[in-house]
Amino acid sequence: MDSAGSVVSVAPQLLIQSAGSRSSECSRNSITFSTSPLTGRSRQDVAWSRRGQSRERSCRLHPGRRAHDPGKLTLLCDAKTDGSFLVHHFLSFYLRANCKVCFLALVQSFSHYNIVGQKLGVSLTVARERGQLVFLEGLKSSMDVFFQAHKEPHPLQFLREVNAGNLQPLFEFVREALKPVDNREPAWRCPVLLVDDLSLLLSLGVGAVAVLDFVHYCRATVCCEFKGNVVALVHDSGDGEDEENDILLNGLSHQSHLILRTEGLSTGFCRDVHGQLKILWRRPSQPTAQRDRSLIYQYKIQDKNVSFFAKGMSPAVL
Amino acid sequence: MAAEATCGAGAGSTGSLAAAVGMSNVTSFQRRGPRVGGADSGGPRLMSIAGTRPSVRNGQLLVSTGLPALDQLLGGGLAVGTVLLIEEDKYNTYSPLLFKYFLAEGIINGHTVLVASAKEDPAVILQELPAPLLDDSRKQELDEDIYNHKTPESNSKMKIAWRYQLLPKMEAGPVSSSRFGHYYDASKRIPQELIEASKWHGFFLPEKISSTLKEEPGSLTPGYIKLLQFIQNIIYEEGFDGSNPQKKQKNILRIGIQSLGSPLWGDDIFCTENCDNSHSLTKFLYILRGLLRTSLSVCIITMPTHLTQNKAVIARVTNLSDTVVGLESFIGSERETNPLYKDYHGLIHIRQIPRLNNLICDESDVKDLAFKLKRKLFTIEVRDFYVSYIKG
Repeated sequence: MDSAGSVVSVAPQLLIQSAGSRSSECSRNSITFSTSPLTGRSRQDVAWSRRGQSRERSCRLHPGRRAHDPGKLTLLCDAKTDGSFLVHHFLSFYLRANCKVCFLALVQSFSHYNIVGQKLGVSLTVARERGQLVFLEGLKSSMDVFFQAHKEPHPLQFLREVNAGNLQPLFEFVREALKPVDNREPAWRCPVLLVDDLSLLLSLGVGAVAVLDFVHYCRATVCCEFKGNVVALVHDSGDGEDEENDILLNGLSHQSHLILRTEGLSTGFCRDVHGQLKILWRRPSQPTAQRDRSLIYQYKIQDKNVSFFAKGMSPAVL
Repeated sequence: MAAEATCGAGAGSTGSLAAAVGMSNVTSFQRRGPRVGGADSGGPRLMSIAGTRPSVRNGQLLVSTGLPALDQLLGGGLAVGTVLLIEEDKYNTYSPLLFKYFLAEGIINGHTVLVASAKEDPAVILQELPAPLLDDSRKQELDEDIYNHKTPESNSKMKIAWRYQLLPKMEAGPVSSSRFGHYYDASKRIPQELIEASKWHGFFLPEKISSTLKEEPGSLTPGYIKLLQFIQNIIYEEGFDGSNPQKKQKNILRIGIQSLGSPLWGDDIFCTENCDNSHSLTKFLYILRGLLRTSLSVCIITMPTHLTQNKAVIARVTNLSDTVVGLESFIGSERETNPLYKDYHGLIHIRQIPRLNNLICDESDVKDLAFKLKRKLFTIEVRDFYVSYIKG
């Protein structure tokens, strides 16, 4: 059972604190936790913390989960909306928590993540130079693989293969990046593997089973052996049209400890509420006699942070 | 505050430029010279390429799509380094127009143009580009066309459809003589001198594919492999990616690929249920994205997505493209005779806008858009079918 979080400053904070800025949008009454949905857990688990007169707001959405909680798989899922802000959050969070991060950035270029990271308060270039961040830039590497013939195995070697390849070279890359090196570098905290995103691997010709195997190997190594965490983003097509994607998503959902699922609003497009976030805590290894805990928030993405509020409590509506 | 970001040695960027001084109020202020070898970009330089402008939001370099109304819907223009995917309408009547506007905009601005097609010779495509509307003649064109039913009511308060007062007015005509975005006369051809003065490259598939093929990497269709190599060659040779220190390219490469994914390219992804090479198109788009992100280029692709019912493929293709616009024409559908739609030729759907270097994107609030091809102009308007219904 996860310990109810004592107020730990290391606890991850999903809402990036923006001192004195536009937090007036989160009005005082925006979340009433006396009616906390579904669970009846105590209010300290999910709390708004206000510091004196300053208008900072922070929302701890991972109660009791410290950066060094070993061996968790977090699944980020977006259905008909863009959940990439979660990837940026986790990247900046783990870098600030002094963890060693291996980031498989397949979707966008390095400078994109860097610029957004700077808005969130971390510099990826500095982290990379220090050795804290191992960054695999998928776009650049894919061009190397495609236009030049390599003899030695390359992490993205499956792009060259005619049949559905396997992801073993990629796994070797991850293992090499995150394995603990003695005596040489400053002690980073737990290693973290961050993948953006796994559905792209399906588009590039890798089978769903191969991707599941890859995640399994990564979990066995990163979570169990290195005592680290794995965070991965998967898209959800929602209609059941993409069978391979559904296999991947279902398989990962059963293995994850935490599922963050972003969806668009069922009523359509809204300028002030960009979507809904469902948080589901799971215990995959234990029989679930009790129901898994879940919470639902709605969110609005701003330039440098994301603000969360309870359903129907958007400041624009109140 | 933002230091001069060196963006990693040789790492790709979507071409954010040295922002103008007036935009220093956000921390994403990046003072970055053009990525040209790096030898002479010691200090910050303002990069001004013809036909581009920085985005208001984050200083991203934008180019015009050739349709100012579409630029407005996409948040100011198309970001350099991205792909604009046009989902073709059913009978391919209107998507070639958007394709040609894009290329014509490139010719007018002096950009290098690369046209790839499997069914038409690129030289012929370039001959058929529309002529630009010049300043003095365009006012006459618009005066004839302004029978706009909104203008008599725009000053007086609307009584019935009062909600429409709140909607932004789409620009139907040129508002200022800016050099970003031009208007084109669809009934006239572009002057031959302009084409001859411009730099263009053509890729016509039947010509290129006849040569013998070596052992090729990956499972891509031979046509796609050839096209990727062609594009990469042009980018490298002409210095669009800044890797060649001798070639200091300060120009944009506009790439236009027509009907990608159609059987003419040798790809049967839209025709068969479980084809063998079902990842050819998606791999192509991924590698193309890699090429674009590391160079000063922008690409338009038209794709006949109406050929397939397989939503999974369309979803994957959408995820691999940056901006996605879908055209739905009324030809042959029951909407052609529907009085609600009689003013329009079709609907235009902005399916996706990229979030580049940002957590948010410039989504337009208006989702209900229709287009019509007037005698000479292609316009996009908010679909106000209530008003036309009441008017009869």
